[in-house]
Amino acid sequence: MLIFVEALLGGMLIGLSAAILWLGIGRIAGISGVVGELAAPSAAGNRHQPWRWAFLAGLLFGGLLIGVFAPERVLPLAGAGPERVLVAGVLVGVGTRLANGCTSGHGVCGLPRGSTRSVVATALYIGVAIGVVGVMRLLGAA
Amino acid sequence: MTPQTLLAFVAGLLFAGGLGLAQMTRPDVVIGFLDVADWDPRLALVMGGAVGVHLVPTWLGLRRGRALFGPLHLPEPSRVDWRLVLGSVLFGLGWGLAGYCPGPALVAAAAGSLQAVWLLAGMVLGMVGLAQLERLLSNQSASNRIPTLRERTAKYSSMPLGPSMSVKNRQMPSRGPEMP
Repeated sequence: MLIFVEALLGGMLIGLSAAILWLGIGRIAGISGVVGELAAPSAAGNRHQPWRWAFLAGLLFGGLLIGVFAPERVLPLAGAGPERVLVAGVLVGVGTRLANGCTSGHGVCGLPRGSTRSVVATALYIGVAIGVVGVMRLLGAA
Repeated sequence: MTPQTLLAFVAGLLFAGGLGLAQMTRPDVVIGFLDVADWDPRLALVMGGAVGVHLVPTWLGLRRGRALFGPLHLPEPSRVDWRLVLGSVLFGLGWGLAGYCPGPALVAAAAGSLQAVWLLAGMVLGMVGLAQLERLLSNQSASNRIPTLRERTAKYSSMPLGPSMSVKNRQMPSRGPEMP
């Protein structure tokens, strides 16, 4: 039961984080956009970077604290070698940049706005990911 | 540190805390949500909680038309296009393959997960590679288009002018005392 309460509270913290960015500095808490604009700025992208570095620093510092005080909350996926994870990473990187958003930008921020693009994107990536996990289960890899 | 960067840092910290509390930093929990045969509802609770909390602030910001420190930055309104569809499909493939989306990958990597570092390496590689490819393609399409008038006349403007026309050789009337 506690794990479900934690999941809901964790989600609410994420919503609070998105609300602070939005009402505070007018930015969308889209993590693929933050990383993408820092790693490979798009021509159309906004060149104002300091908030992106600060948001990224907060995420990483938070991760560091979790690693020190609650390392049991971070567990790698069993049976997934570096090759598979690297390929997955490339797909996540290319896909989120093409779609201009990931679970945070399209999900947490786009859905409350009622954005058609975000609804379509969220339905697609969740649907495809469910399909991938189903196929891997059939193949005995999951 | 400006109020903007301070708020962004706090937001990042809270985001990481939320992911950790909800155990989204564990790809097996994410895969559990995606596995219809053995469903783990936690990701649905996370998404529901986040969207629920962000609903009213989203509306407030849009109604006010600006943020506390600066304007609102909304993505350009655009339609559902092939980039969105293809991108979401590719992202779904990657997400299902390893159970990491960008946020949890960053937080788990900072917490010391080597697996998440591999995922981030692939992710940044994909992002930079895509940007390079798009730059290449846009340069190519730029050289295929009909040149503008300015571009077609550019070679004439670099041609030397006759001595009488050249600014360098033109005798400027001096206003010194030697003038008759």
